[in-house]
Amino acid sequence: MKRRDVLLASVALLVIWQIMAMIVNLPILPQPLEVLRVFFRELRKDMLIHFAVSLWRVTAGMALSVLVAAPAGLAIGGSGKLNRFFSPFIYLLYPIPKVVLVPVVILFLGIGDVAKIAILFLILFFQILVLVRDQASGLAPQLIQSLRSLGAGRRALFRFVYLPASLPAILTALRQSIGTAVAVLYITELSATKYGLGYYIYYKGSTLLDYPAMYAGVIAMSILGLGMYFSVDWLERKWCKWKFVS
Amino acid sequence: MINIHSISFAYSNHSPLFEDFSLDISRGETWAILGPSGCGKTTLLYLLAGLRFPSHGRVVIDGEQIVRPRPRSGLILQDYGLLPWSTVRENVELGSHVRKFYGEDGKHAPISFQPENNAAHWLERLGINEVADKYPSQISGGQRQRTAIARTLALEPDLLLMDEPFSSLDAITREDLQDLTLSLCMEKQLTLVVVTHAIEEAVTLGKKILLLDSALNRRARVFENPNAGDDDYRGSQHYQELCNLLRREMQHEAA
Repeated sequence: MKRRDVLLASVALLVIWQIMAMIVNLPILPQPLEVLRVFFRELRKDMLIHFAVSLWRVTAGMALSVLVAAPAGLAIGGSGKLNRFFSPFIYLLYPIPKVVLVPVVILFLGIGDVAKIAILFLILFFQILVLVRDQASGLAPQLIQSLRSLGAGRRALFRFVYLPASLPAILTALRQSIGTAVAVLYITELSATKYGLGYYIYYKGSTLLDYPAMYAGVIAMSILGLGMYFSVDWLERKWCKWKFVS
Repeated sequence: MINIHSISFAYSNHSPLFEDFSLDISRGETWAILGPSGCGKTTLLYLLAGLRFPSHGRVVIDGEQIVRPRPRSGLILQDYGLLPWSTVRENVELGSHVRKFYGEDGKHAPISFQPENNAAHWLERLGINEVADKYPSQISGGQRQRTAIARTLALEPDLLLMDEPFSSLDAITREDLQDLTLSLCMEKQLTLVVVTHAIEEAVTLGKKILLLDSALNRRARVFENPNAGDDDYRGSQHYQELCNLLRREMQHEAA
């Protein structure tokens, strides 16, 4: 995808927004220029703090899930025994929509950041676990055999085969779950906090009825999601060069 | 050098492939293992490589019973043996990275192993210097197999084990690599054991040819082929005669 095309698409979306705002002509759908003006005004006030808090929560949740789920997925995918033992559990737990556990997690972990990060962790953990496990268990046996014939034991196999082979899977899992992660972040920030973009959007829209500021919050949240998306793309280009050669 | 002492082997839930099977291979010999699919030729190679183990009997190489892959045996497989995320150069260096990872413990690497970087030499010798910074997906099948050979030879093996190494290559590239393999074996005084289902390949590469049965193998049927490796051997009458003989044997067996 070319940068120019992405830029053109953003301009097109802004134009559509502008046209719709003119047709609807109500305070609940302000024009994009108005929202952008408020966005930069709010940035100088407290929106940056809300942005930073949200960024911290979602990054912590993602980092924690990668750190736990990737090694677990590697171990399970790399060993037939572990795979046979854990697969039924994963099969049962994976499809449960973790969002419904929000109240339960808050009951157990309280209303602080820990509960919010834990919910993100719960959701991302299974996505990454399953993708990394499948990647590791699907490796060509010939690859493993030739590494073993070069003298590689279990540890070297993890270092030289399983880990690099799962890197794309980890990044794919992250990319696929960014949307969900940001959506869940919003839900967790609706209650029991005074910081975060979720709180900001809800507070500006429902309590203060300051619609341009609410939309500014929506833009900030979109930037958060897009930024993470671009970062994953960048990491993939840097770490998985072999996927981009022709 | 290699002594296979009355081994038996069967995969679980399958009929046995070997029973009380013995074979001796001397240092510096070139052997081809020939047979139809499912006859156990790859299994025999994996037994030599220390990737599988007999239920009875033992495989002894250089006086030591094989209980794990032996550091001085090099294994080359038909395909998929290269790391797709590493360049040709990194793949050739892989063995020495693995050995450095463990250190010279005598288990994963020979005690005397000096971790020197001889990748450059082998890239040059195998003629893959130009593609050294490319990934396996970017190069031809022949170049991939050259990379696999370079990777194995960089570890200074004394025994080369190959499983259908050239079967996915076109005829010209295949003959090219067969000749290269033979000259490298001469040069480095390697013992070669190559598994193939192609009669011509067996006769080209093996001074001795082991023909396996699709049924249970008890006795080693060995065909002598002392002229293998001679110049223009492929065009000789001897070559044709041996190919025909082996073809008849295999057809007779299949019937």
